[in-house]
Amino acid sequence: MFEIFGIPSQALFGQLLLGLINGSFYALLSLGLAVIFGMLNIINFTHGAQYMMGAFTAYLLLQYLGLNYWVALVIVPILIGATGIVIERLFLKRLQQLDHLYGLILTFGLALIIEGLFRNYYGSSGQPYAVPEALQGGHNLGFMFLPNYRAWVIAFSLVVCFATWFAIERTRLGSYLRAATENPTLVRAFGINVPRMVTLTYGFGVGLAALAGVMAAPIYNVSPQMGSDLIIVVFAVVVIGGMGSIMGAIVTGFALGIVEGLTKVFFPEASNTVIFAIMIIVLLIRPAGLFGRSA
Amino acid sequence: MATTDTAPLIRVYRETVWSLAVAAAILVAFLVVAPFVLYPIFVMKALCFALFACAFNLLIGYVGLVSFGHALYFGWASYLCAYAAKSWGLPPELALLTGTATAAVLGLIAGGLAIRRQGIYFAMITLALAQMMYLLALRVKLTGGEDGIQAVPRGHLFGVFDLSNETIMYAVVVVIVLAAFFLIYRVINSPFGEVLKAIRENEQRAISLGYKTERYKLVAFVLSATLAGLAGSLKALVFQLASLTDVHWNMSGEVVLITLVGGLGTIFGPVVGAFFIIALENYLAPFGQWVLVIQGAIFVVCVLVFRRGIVGELANRLRVQL
Repeated sequence: MFEIFGIPSQALFGQLLLGLINGSFYALLSLGLAVIFGMLNIINFTHGAQYMMGAFTAYLLLQYLGLNYWVALVIVPILIGATGIVIERLFLKRLQQLDHLYGLILTFGLALIIEGLFRNYYGSSGQPYAVPEALQGGHNLGFMFLPNYRAWVIAFSLVVCFATWFAIERTRLGSYLRAATENPTLVRAFGINVPRMVTLTYGFGVGLAALAGVMAAPIYNVSPQMGSDLIIVVFAVVVIGGMGSIMGAIVTGFALGIVEGLTKVFFPEASNTVIFAIMIIVLLIRPAGLFGRSA
Repeated sequence: MATTDTAPLIRVYRETVWSLAVAAAILVAFLVVAPFVLYPIFVMKALCFALFACAFNLLIGYVGLVSFGHALYFGWASYLCAYAAKSWGLPPELALLTGTATAAVLGLIAGGLAIRRQGIYFAMITLALAQMMYLLALRVKLTGGEDGIQAVPRGHLFGVFDLSNETIMYAVVVVIVLAAFFLIYRVINSPFGEVLKAIRENEQRAISLGYKTERYKLVAFVLSATLAGLAGSLKALVFQLASLTDVHWNMSGEVVLITLVGGLGTIFGPVVGAFFIIALENYLAPFGQWVLVIQGAIFVVCVLVFRRGIVGELANRLRVQL
């Protein structure tokens, strides 16, 4: 063990690691928000609740059906993504011609309903979710102890983020998606089913949130309100990065996680407000956001 | 020629003035009778929320700005008012002024930041700033953390009126809230208010007509925050309590709910919405967490099928402006 700026390396890198973990969740969630916003022009306030549903579903699958983490990692995003598709078909579809404020209010209402229902049945206290067996333990890297599960979360979310980026920016399907974001009418004229694409996009964004929830379950306790506070921080992340760019959302998410981790080491009392403070600075210097094309 | 062209407009104007006057008369009559039929504390609570929602409606209904963080001004004004009355021992009029001024300053800062982005970002910024100040409220000594500021003395207004007397407190709340309503009504119908509505309809056009829309938006924002602060300060005196509930994002959501149920962009909507929602919450209090679910369901129903709200729907049926 050694010290950096009078801080033991264990503490510094430990917090950095936690920062990266938080950053993975910021990146996954803001990515989902950006994808949804691009197609639907709606800020999905339900995103936090859907992340919580992901974690809870993983917990329930294990508790009642004995399905382990790896199964949950595959099934849960599909299940919750399907509920997203239902929400889009039932509600969001009707708001297309309306002011975007109605989308915000409706998804806020849905978030309240979901959180309220889960609180009714499971109370506000957290439920523990064990780390999967294959990823228990960790490695001593000399300057810090690296738990396997945390390394996995960071690596896997990086993979998911870049796969999403690749799918949207480098594939044919992604090019349809980007085209439909720019001009849906024209894309429809080419014979592409844009409404179905919109529905699937929402389902995909929601699935990403649920995936983040499953990954978060072994790290944080699974509780009904785990999403609501997180989503507000993610909004700040989105304001900082701007929603115009997929890569921007990923980079901003991870970077802000690291900044938050470092703040925890040097100014612990400011750690939960630092992202908001950065948002203020960005608004003052670059109002369009770091990666934003226009206000 | 001119007279025949303007005649229908004048008729509409007269009808509007009449319908508003009738509605105002009904409201005043209701407020006079209410303490004899309902609990005065309930009416006072509803009035505080009505003022809060009117302040919020000024932004969402007349400028088209969606602030999702109005709890910031309501809650912090309530803290400062309570603190001024309790720890500094200020009389109620100065305590109210302290709370309201705090909200004005916070509104100036937060509004100045938030209007740098438009549309959906505006809502997210106001929410994030409010959350930041909520986290601050958890930390600083002034707010009393989880306990809040309890047993706030109501004191004597202007050294004469003893506010610990429930009837006098009620009268003071009614007078202040009605005065604030009137102020909002005058603002909406002033040339300044017309520019705000022009910004709501088409900001680019307003800019091209030479209006510095950012300044108009900021003034409207500060005004809204200030009045929300007045509502929060009054609530602190009425309940003799300032707590974390008032700065939490739930409160920001609640004011959206009240305004939406009553009718966005209507003058009396927020008042009706406040009485409706506060009454509903009173009845639902024993059901605990279901309140959250029901609030959420009301949001969804309002957005899908009831976008005009109670007063908006009524006005539409009667073909008048309310």
